This record gives sequence, structure tokens and C-alpha cells, in this order.
Amino acid sequence: MTSMKRRIFLKGTLATGALGIAAGSGLLAPRAVLAAWAKEAFEAKDLNSALNSLLGSSTLSASDKIKIKAPDIAENGAVVPVSISTDLPGVESINIVVEKNPTPLAANFVLGPGALAEVSTRIKMGKSSSVLAVIKAGGKLYSTGKEVKVTIGGCGG
Amino acid sequence: MSSIKIRASAKDGVTTVKCLISHPMETGTRKNSKTGQMIPAHFIQEVVCTHNGKTVLTGNWGTAISKNPYLSFKFKGGAVGDKIGISWVDNKGEKDADETKVS
Repeated sequence: MTSMKRRIFLKGTLATGALGIAAGSGLLAPRAVLAAWAKEAFEAKDLNSALNSLLGSSTLSASDKIKIKAPDIAENGAVVPVSISTDLPGVESINIVVEKNPTPLAANFVLGPGALAEVSTRIKMGKSSSVLAVIKAGGKLYSTGKEVKVTIGGCGG
Repeated sequence: MSSIKIRASAKDGVTTVKCLISHPMETGTRKNSKTGQMIPAHFIQEVVCTHNGKTVLTGNWGTAISKNPYLSFKFKGGAVGDKIGISWVDNKGEKDADETKVS
């Protein structure tokens, strides 16, 4: 099961690379960018460079200790509820990555003292894609993915 | 009126916080259908959640967070009456903050 997901993930990574070039021009142009905000990671067009830039590595170990809750089919890609929780010890950050979005990195949550590794939010998806929960724990990256089908994209206009 | 709505409740030593923020969360890739002009990016970049002034969770967001973002998280500890604070800053430097008490 887990190795299967990993395969999908690797395939998706290659596809994202090509997509990134196609969607390259005129994407994000935030004017006043904060120093703390990882601009490079959030503007990265492919998953590996986003993860490398944000977390210093893109080596993901599949883990069955991460639970990701998202709909199988999202009617509206503009609002896709995602919940992530994990039993892994020593969780430092929880990251949400949508493989086929123009900029795959959606969110990064840094856990402070006392915070439980459980976060829910709503994300936008441009098209059907795998949504990855990437957890940084004890200096290593773990991930679990979930395929979400989108019937109406959330990034177009 | 504040752009943030927060609900926090404590149960069995764990506090659950849910919040909704009113924000357009523009990606910068959409076109205005009437003028054909691009709508500039306008999205929240950082959300800080505090418990009695101490940071519990920091969220760094990209453009892929939905309009009027929803966030929920949990933390250990927290009792009825404790202060929960949420603040955000967006890419234009606009910001807002609000706080509530755990119920």
C-alpha cells in the first residue's frame, strides 16, 4: 500500500516539473514579502525544490502513522477540506503539498511547545492531484498522500 | 469588526481551537473578467496562534489556501478562561489580530 503511494508520488513529481515550465510566466508577484516567509519555497514550481528550500531535503519516507483526511472527489477545487494528524514522535512541522498545483506548497505549520500534531484547513486545487502530508519529525521527512479528484478547478478565472 | 472568528474549547486537558478569517486570498493568477486585467496577489502569509501569549502554532501559507481561510488545531493544556490569540499578516503587509477565551 505504502510503496504504491510512493510510486504515484514519484510519477507526479515528474509531471509537476513539466507543468511548472508551462505555467511559468506571470504567476506570483507579491510586493511586500516578509523576511520570515519562505518566498522561494512557496513560489517553487515543483515539489522537490519547494521541499528542499523549505525543509532542507526532499527525501520522503512513506509512513502509515500519518493520517490525511480529504474528499475522494472535490466538486469545487477552490475549497477542499484537508485534515492531517500523526502519531509520529517529535513532530516539528506539518506541511501540505498539492503535487499538481502551479506552486505545490500550500501550507507549512510549525508546531510550538504543547501543540498536538493535528491540523485542519481548506485548500485550493487547480486540478485532480495527489495531496501530500509531509511531516518533519526528528529531522526527517515522512509523508502520506491522498488522491483527490477535482471536477471544477480552483485556480482559474 | 475583526476579520477573525475564534472558538476554543478545552476538554480532557486538550484545547481545540477553530478559527475563520475573512480574507480574499487572491492567487495573482486570476483575471478580472470585465477588464481582462490580472487581479494582483493578495493572500495571508503568516498566521500566529498563541495561548496566554506563548506561540503554539505558526502557519506559513501560500496562495493555495482557500478564500476566507479556516484553521483548526489542538494543543495540550489550556483551561477555561485562558487567552487564545490569532494574528495574521498578508503579502501587502495588512494585518489583524483577535483573541478569545477558552470555554
